[in-house]
Amino acid sequence: MESTQPRVHYLNADYGIRSWLFTVDHKRIALLYLGSITVMFLLGGVFAGLIRLELLTPAGDLVEADTYNKLFTMHGIVMIFFFLIPSIPAVLGNFLIPMMIGARDLAFPRLNLLSWYIYIIGALFTLWAMLIGGVDTGWTFYTPFSTMASNTNVIPTALGIFITGFSSILTGLNFIVTIHRMRAPGLTWFRLPLFVWAHYATSLIMILGTPVVAITILLVGLERAFHLGIFDPALGGDPLLFQHLFWFYSHPAVYIMILPGMGVISEVIACFSRKAIFGYSFVAISSLAIALLGFLVWAHHMFVTGMSVYAAMIFSFLSFAVAIPSAVKVFNWTATLYEGSVSFQAPMLYALGFIGLFTIGGLTGLFLATLGLDVHVTDTYFVVAHFHYIMVGGAIMSYLGGMHFWWPKITGRMYPEAWAKIAAVIVFLGFNLTFFPQFVLGYLGMPRRYHVYPAEFQVLNVMSTAGASILGIGYLLPLVYFIWSLRYGAVATANPWHATGLEWETPSPPPTENFERTPIVTQDAYAYDTQEVQVV
Amino acid sequence: MSERAAASAHQFDDAEQQHDASTLGMWVFLVTEIMFFAGMFTVYVAYRSLYPDGFAHASHHLDVLLGTINTTVLITSSLTMALAVHAAQLGRRRPLLIFLVLTMALGSTFLVIKGFEYAHKFREGLVPGPWFSYHGADAGAQQLFLSIYFAMTGVHAAHMVIGLGVLGTLVWQARRGRYGKSYYTPVELSGLYWHFVDIVWIFLFPLLYLIGRHT
Amino acid sequence: MFSNLPFFPEQASTVAQRVDALYFFLISVSGFFGILIAVLLVYFAFKYRRRSESDRPAAIHGSMALELTWTLIPFGLSMVMFFWGASVYVSLARPPDNALQVFVVGKQWMWKIQHLEGRREINELHVPVGRSVKLTMTSEDVIHSFYVPAFRVKADVLPGRYTSLWFEATKPGTYHLFCAEYCGTEHSGMIGHVVVMEPAEYQAWLSGGPPAASLATAGQALFEQLGCITCHRGDAGARGPLLVGLVGKPVQLQSGETVIADETYLRESILNPQAKIVAGFQPIMPTFKGLVSEEGLIQLIAYIKSLQPADGEKAGGLPLAEGSH
Repeated sequence: MESTQPRVHYLNADYGIRSWLFTVDHKRIALLYLGSITVMFLLGGVFAGLIRLELLTPAGDLVEADTYNKLFTMHGIVMIFFFLIPSIPAVLGNFLIPMMIGARDLAFPRLNLLSWYIYIIGALFTLWAMLIGGVDTGWTFYTPFSTMASNTNVIPTALGIFITGFSSILTGLNFIVTIHRMRAPGLTWFRLPLFVWAHYATSLIMILGTPVVAITILLVGLERAFHLGIFDPALGGDPLLFQHLFWFYSHPAVYIMILPGMGVISEVIACFSRKAIFGYSFVAISSLAIALLGFLVWAHHMFVTGMSVYAAMIFSFLSFAVAIPSAVKVFNWTATLYEGSVSFQAPMLYALGFIGLFTIGGLTGLFLATLGLDVHVTDTYFVVAHFHYIMVGGAIMSYLGGMHFWWPKITGRMYPEAWAKIAAVIVFLGFNLTFFPQFVLGYLGMPRRYHVYPAEFQVLNVMSTAGASILGIGYLLPLVYFIWSLRYGAVATANPWHATGLEWETPSPPPTENFERTPIVTQDAYAYDTQEVQVV
Repeated sequence: MSERAAASAHQFDDAEQQHDASTLGMWVFLVTEIMFFAGMFTVYVAYRSLYPDGFAHASHHLDVLLGTINTTVLITSSLTMALAVHAAQLGRRRPLLIFLVLTMALGSTFLVIKGFEYAHKFREGLVPGPWFSYHGADAGAQQLFLSIYFAMTGVHAAHMVIGLGVLGTLVWQARRGRYGKSYYTPVELSGLYWHFVDIVWIFLFPLLYLIGRHT
Repeated sequence: MFSNLPFFPEQASTVAQRVDALYFFLISVSGFFGILIAVLLVYFAFKYRRRSESDRPAAIHGSMALELTWTLIPFGLSMVMFFWGASVYVSLARPPDNALQVFVVGKQWMWKIQHLEGRREINELHVPVGRSVKLTMTSEDVIHSFYVPAFRVKADVLPGRYTSLWFEATKPGTYHLFCAEYCGTEHSGMIGHVVVMEPAEYQAWLSGGPPAASLATAGQALFEQLGCITCHRGDAGARGPLLVGLVGKPVQLQSGETVIADETYLRESILNPQAKIVAGFQPIMPTFKGLVSEEGLIQLIAYIKSLQPADGEKAGGLPLAEGSH
């Protein structure tokens, strides 16, 4: 029996721009982030498009060398700090974690809003740096180039990244306290959805790693501004010290970018196989293992810097070790399908694509961990291909999969399924055409960050650019149909996927307080076997 | 004197959960602060092991007397902070206000003394960079030491300034009767922050001021 | 064997084959597991596709046996990769003793090559085939990286210190040389060639070109011009340590440490003499920072390396213990 009164939920509970800009509702904050990171993603994508256009020909004919150097720098900075790192945690994590644990909000709602404002301020600084001329140091800011030789806007960019880092730190802090202290009665750790485990592990990395890059980038800024020559070889400073400090964060950062996605995949695979994730505790613990081991491998970015052979061997060994928990997850997800009941809606297509592409990305990481081989392929397109397989083939696919999966919950509308499937396939094909040739280019010897290249590398570059245009179309489609669905999409029920999880036990969209009464949990996660039979 | 009733914010079930969550939050924040300073301590360790003599030489430019006074001032401020927390615990508003103000006064004293030290360095040409006045053989290592000195004490001072802001807010709220026996969490947690900033100084002082000094 | 495949650069060094073999092993293992996962996913997705909304899948939660299997087997394979890779890396890090030495100075945006005999090149490196070559490299400004894909070797080139790489070319020809560490505007223009020649041709090439003093001769001139000879005289009352036969030997420092007198030590001693004082000497050597360029340093080092003791003459470095030798 439906009431004729429109139901009050978090989207219509209050109106006007002030109700959004001063909200403390985690769900609204998630949407504030959604808007912001989408804008940054499009900006980063424009930079990528220009890069690939330039690389259509061996000569540097589209843009000047300095412009190209700024393009790849800003592509990296925008995509990593302003899209990938926040994406899943700040949008899906913020929206879902309180609901998944049966809470009314995060532990510190105002801190959550502050995180978003800090993100925006950092983004504005960085955008301003781009508008007044950009920065050309590479997103890695290696010294002494960044401190002494670059004549671009290093300081405002460094400041922007420094500020945004605190957004990450506060989000991680908020998640850790929330997950520790605000779980509903009966919700023990090993009953938590794997999405929550993944975000917990991610949050540990956020709070432990981000401060180190913050201080490192601050020192770069101070050196440039006040000649505090901490990395200046003329004073006896060590440029490699910068690399150690930088990578101490930036390697774990890649796990910040992938762990949340793995959490999404666990939820989607379970739901669309209608089965508990195989090896739940192994998957949960492997998230923690990845977070821990991820802090111990940073110098694998430095194998050709002249480090001691013994140090190199230790980091190589540990780099193999960190791959094992990821492999364990891939096997467990695959085994979940066995004797399941598998359906193929868009979230599942993205999840299956993720498993394939992340596997390739992860396996190619082994090539880089292998010392004798890394000497040849480091600093080449092989590395570029490797990390794009993980970050685009992995993280972005999982982000899109998650957006499709939870779109009905977030908006109360269904997206158009046929278009979503088409887009997923286009993304998958476009992605592979863009990045697989880059593995070959790398082994052939094409270095990264090259504006011009020898003619023999052209064919593979053209293939890559063709793929990029297809990929771009694949990404634009969801932008269009998601917006379309807000007005014209089918109205969603509370649980259109018949998924387990507390978030599906409230209406779509949820009321501001999430639950009328705090739920009491009596079952493990993914209790699909005891679910009532849903007959549509 | 009024006390805030033992209510809790809407996301919490009760005051106890709120207190537990806030406390855990502050400890997690302090962990991030440890990592923040750890980066600079790493730089210090790396360069001191490479240039032990240059570091010792440069450290002698620092004024041990002022440094010792500052250390005493800061440790005393931690005492007054702890007494402030204790007063809040007992619901005694006047001692709370007195101790908070004392802590702020001591913190400000620290910063003023630091200011004198910095001014002295500027006058003596000990700021690293083009105006560095010493040109001997280990000038490079000395500049590295002083760069680290300014970076670490500067970041520490910034934390103290923020701390003064926090304490000022506590004073303002305490005057309005916001804290009492059943709710003094912000005082308690600010105390944790203040003690942390103090502990960082207790590491900085010997590492920066006392290299190679023998009685 | 693989040199004609389009996905591989030429194999033109002794180590290239080893690296490619390792690469093949990794491709095979990755290919196997990648295809295995893909096949399983497709197979399971198809075989267990949902037939009706009332499907109730089996309540399978896990298997310790499987978890152990798919943890230990990947770990075992990883260890094979690790040991194999480490072994190749160790070879790459240890040049043979009789390697031909060439000095390289990288700067924005060119490679300056210095042969010992005096011949200089820009962005080209001529080497003989079948002979190990060791490059000793430094940068004048930012970090660069010396990369020869056909040899499968790469090493970063850093300011303020020396790094090195070695190779033995196996095929005459011309091969790409790239800078592989982003270094500013013309990073992608900091490229050139390694030209591998037959030994006789190489000797001819070496003696061709504009007349140039060998590095050691130029170094000797600099040694005298800068006044090094005043203290490093080689006699008993000399104020500076003996340099004859020093290179490669251990040196005892005042601090009690012992270091090996390699290129990095020599460079540091010229630029920052207070860093390591030799036991038994006063810390009176002035610094030559700003008075000598990277190329000058290379010349001095080449000269010092050329100082070998005649029979019966004393050599520099740690004094031999009484009664030994």
